Amino acid sequence: MSDLETSASLEQALLTLDRVEVHRIFEGLKHRDLSEVAQSIVVPALESIGRGWEQGIVALSQVYMSGRICEDQVSQASPAPVGFNDPQPRIGIAVLCDHHSLGKQIVLSILRSAGIPVVDLGVGMSPEALALKVRAKGVQILLISVLMLPSALKVPEVRRHLSEGSTPVRIVVGGAPFLLDPPLGVEVGADAVGRGASDAVGLVRALIEELQCPEK
Amino acid sequence: MPREMTAMERVMTTLSHREPDRVPFFLLLTMHGARTLQMSIPAYLSNPMAVVEGQIQMRERYGHDCLYAFTYAALEVEAWGGEVLFHEDGPPNAGRPLLESVADIAKLHPPDVSRSPCLQRMLTVIRELASRAQGTVPVIGAVISPLSLPVMQMGFGPYLELLLERPDDFEKLMHVNEEFCVAWANAQLAAGATVLGYFDPLASPTILPPETYRRQGLPVDARTLKRIQGLTAVHLASGRVEGVLDDLSHLGSVAVGVGFMEDLAEVKALAAGRVALLGHINGLAMRRWTPQDAEAVVHDAILKGGPGGGYILSDAHGEIPWQVPESVLDSIAGAVRRWGSYPLKAA
Repeated sequence: MSDLETSASLEQALLTLDRVEVHRIFEGLKHRDLSEVAQSIVVPALESIGRGWEQGIVALSQVYMSGRICEDQVSQASPAPVGFNDPQPRIGIAVLCDHHSLGKQIVLSILRSAGIPVVDLGVGMSPEALALKVRAKGVQILLISVLMLPSALKVPEVRRHLSEGSTPVRIVVGGAPFLLDPPLGVEVGADAVGRGASDAVGLVRALIEELQCPEK
Repeated sequence: MPREMTAMERVMTTLSHREPDRVPFFLLLTMHGARTLQMSIPAYLSNPMAVVEGQIQMRERYGHDCLYAFTYAALEVEAWGGEVLFHEDGPPNAGRPLLESVADIAKLHPPDVSRSPCLQRMLTVIRELASRAQGTVPVIGAVISPLSLPVMQMGFGPYLELLLERPDDFEKLMHVNEEFCVAWANAQLAAGATVLGYFDPLASPTILPPETYRRQGLPVDARTLKRIQGLTAVHLASGRVEGVLDDLSHLGSVAVGVGFMEDLAEVKALAAGRVALLGHINGLAMRRWTPQDAEAVVHDAILKGGPGGGYILSDAHGEIPWQVPESVLDSIAGAVRRWGSYPLKAA
């Protein structure tokens, strides 16, 4: 079976929450390099599910559970997170001000399934507290998830607190306010706006490359 | 010249799928009364008489067709003993989840409405608004469905895992929540609420696949709504309704909410006079509307949803953001008055 076909099978198993079938698929790929499996099979399946949600044909519960199931399988397959020791800019994810963590969990799951190490900075933090944590952890790519509009409007405050440090931080925002009001991302000065599972890996990889090769 | 209908007459006529004098509109304003009364949002929301005065004054300014007794969704979590975080620039939110593990479900008891200070505050608002309205303006109450409340009780992710993978524990939680929801709903109706918004975002295909909702959610909603002794409107808080409209139209509610990303004309055709529609306007985008934007959006919604009655124009979420300026609300109200009179005008 080609990787395309395997990815399609994985996608179907995830959409129907068939953990047994998902496990069987992963077992069949045990002989292969996990980061290659993530790149060619797992991430495409999750991104397709993410696109399905944006098109209104897949439910948010399916996006969330797909990510969780894949994250479980990847962590079972590799006790140490794949790619964790690769030298790359540190990535952190947080929920700003509110406590709604579903969006953060979805993005975290897909990034970890893709072998991209991410530091979970937590939920419900003020802009200042988040900036302090970002600097303490050496985060260079900050993913901010929000559910509420007032939280989204505080992203400039995060930027302001971070600008007091020496290392510039790229800020990617995501969540319902940004999806439902597209100009909001520009308004708050984000470096990018993520739609969720469909583009998280691509966005983060592009930023990693940009930070690793700034002359390009 | 026929007299202008009261708001109550207008709303009841449209809910009966007949054309009133004009398309009714609801400005679902939970916090703007604080600005009107020059209070902080937390101070305003904790003062029932301030909420009453805010609703009355806002209706005097905008002329919309309801008085909204709903203050914040996390009120119900507060009644259960959960953490609520108050903000100066937005609605209160649920904080740390009340249920830290599935085992906590067995220890849950529904709060007693009569002994809950926060619920009693909302009942005071309803009683006072009903008294002031004297039957001429609908007083809108609200409950969170038993199916959707656990998002705040447990956190969204853990709740989805419970719903999808632990059916026995899910059923236990539903039975406890149903008892509370019915008691709370009937208390609001007894206090004078005309119709209750039954907030149920988990019913939407945006959140759950329709087949999952039909298998696990629909029985909960059917049981609960059957026991609520008055008018209800199922509201999906911006979620899509297509895919479950047929199911929701059989629950006995008089109206169903429509998301703003859906084609209102298409949903109206699917509803086919079985249930009225409410909503469709993007409350988030309202913040940046010019008067021309407001006019265009309102006119479009009226032309698509208004024919034959059966449509109440409002924001799709059930709450207009604090950041939406009063000038935009004035523009919306003006546009409804210009374009909403029957027979409707295309230009």
